Amino acid sequence: MSHTHAKIEKNIGLMAILVAVAVSFGGLAEIVPLMFQAETIKPLPGIKPYPALELAGRDVYIREGCYNCHSQMVRTLRFETERYGHYSLAGESVYDHPFQWGSKRTGPDLARVGLRGYSDDWHRAHLNNPRDVVPESNMPAYPWLAKAKLDGAEVAQHMRALKRIGDPYTDADIAAAPAAVDGKTELDAVIAYLQALGTHVSQADMKVAEGAE
Amino acid sequence: MTSAWTWYVVSLAVLNLLGCVWLLRANTRRKPTDPKPDETGHVWDGDLTEYNKPLPRWWINLFYITIFFAVGYLVWYGVGSLKGYGHWSSKSEWALETAAEDARLDDTLKLYAGKPIDVLAKDPAAVSIGRAIFINRCAACHGSTGKGAIGFPDLTDDIWHWGGTPNRILDTIQNGRQAVMPAWAPTLVAQGGPTAVDDTIAYVLSLSKPKQPLDAAAERGEKLFATICVACHGPQGKGNQVVGAPDLTDSYWLYGNSLASLHKTLNEGRQGVMPAWKPVLGDTRTRLLGAYVWTLSPHKEPPPAGAVIAE
Repeated sequence: MSHTHAKIEKNIGLMAILVAVAVSFGGLAEIVPLMFQAETIKPLPGIKPYPALELAGRDVYIREGCYNCHSQMVRTLRFETERYGHYSLAGESVYDHPFQWGSKRTGPDLARVGLRGYSDDWHRAHLNNPRDVVPESNMPAYPWLAKAKLDGAEVAQHMRALKRIGDPYTDADIAAAPAAVDGKTELDAVIAYLQALGTHVSQADMKVAEGAE
Repeated sequence: MTSAWTWYVVSLAVLNLLGCVWLLRANTRRKPTDPKPDETGHVWDGDLTEYNKPLPRWWINLFYITIFFAVGYLVWYGVGSLKGYGHWSSKSEWALETAAEDARLDDTLKLYAGKPIDVLAKDPAAVSIGRAIFINRCAACHGSTGKGAIGFPDLTDDIWHWGGTPNRILDTIQNGRQAVMPAWAPTLVAQGGPTAVDDTIAYVLSLSKPKQPLDAAAERGEKLFATICVACHGPQGKGNQVVGAPDLTDSYWLYGNSLASLHKTLNEGRQGVMPAWKPVLGDTRTRLLGAYVWTLSPHKEPPPAGAVIAE
């Protein structure tokens, strides 16, 4: 009387390995091919690594947990494209490490907020206290952003790290980073980041890319 | 997706499905090496014995049904670059829905095409569409009630910086506005000395209180006003709707009338931005928007005498 699974059941190390193998099937089929697919790893025309100030703003965006309430992905649903603009394409997120697509919206999607026409002054007032411009808003206020100065060395360091994982920053980009954020506050950075969201790809290029996908 | 990756995904999927089938079959049959159930002498409930452990039939059948469903799903929706028999894609579904909804929208909008906003404002259906657009597009700055905020004009009063005629309002909505109040402080100081900014503010504040006599500072400010500010705000401070210069004699202050705010205006200037909505919404929807905005305002008082009224 021999049961092969008796071996597995009595050897926790072997069982762990086999469990990992079984579980990995989904990832192997769904995730691994994407890492080699042109439309997910090639930037669309106009998509470049974030300039220093916008990158600093993105870091603040992530630190403050904006993604908890704001997604950055317009889905292929008509009511979404009507409100937010063209649906998001994979080639737009190539330089997002990590991407900010999100899976839950309490506030609106921000993937194309830069095209909405808000002025810098509006963003300033809104981030300082959302109720000043939208009385019924339940978004938290971020008044400390205007008081916090950016650290140029930290931004440059972040760009070096991104360069190491493949973002095409040049040494000149990195050297210019401290000067680009000099004297700017975290509020300036977040606003620069928000104002640029969704503005990089032209509608014509979108049409071409959407045919390819 | 290249065909190599497609076959990679297909083989993984097939392997997985075959694995499920094998697992099911292996666990529903007795192995030849298993002792016969009656050999152990353990019997419960009349028919339960050692090694008599079939999975419930209904459960096994459900599992087989899900496997068949998975095969059907893959065939219908496709795998990798292999198109499914259903020819479904989220993109084509979006395109179909968009075409249908856009056609419906065109049907609705064509009733209102090209009409002036004050005419549309008399049609409740048009105003209600305009209100929906306003809530989505305009409320962030002008407020859900149109009352505005500091730096963003109140639309419910009868004060229009860029003109309150139907055509002017429509022009503002469609093509946007960029207000330019320069930072005048350096020029003022050069002309009127170190107190020039305070003097000018004193005079500007006195404009909305015409009954009170001017104090010394305001009198100095009046001279500065007459050489610099007059170009846009007019000799009596009544403003100029052609360039969006606010009337300074009324009680409405776009950026507030605190001393701090007035100092900021003179020291840093103001660049109020109204985005152009025609490129985003098209002609008819901006007209409906204008119709709603028209209903917000009372349109009672005639324009103040002396102001330059734009048309």
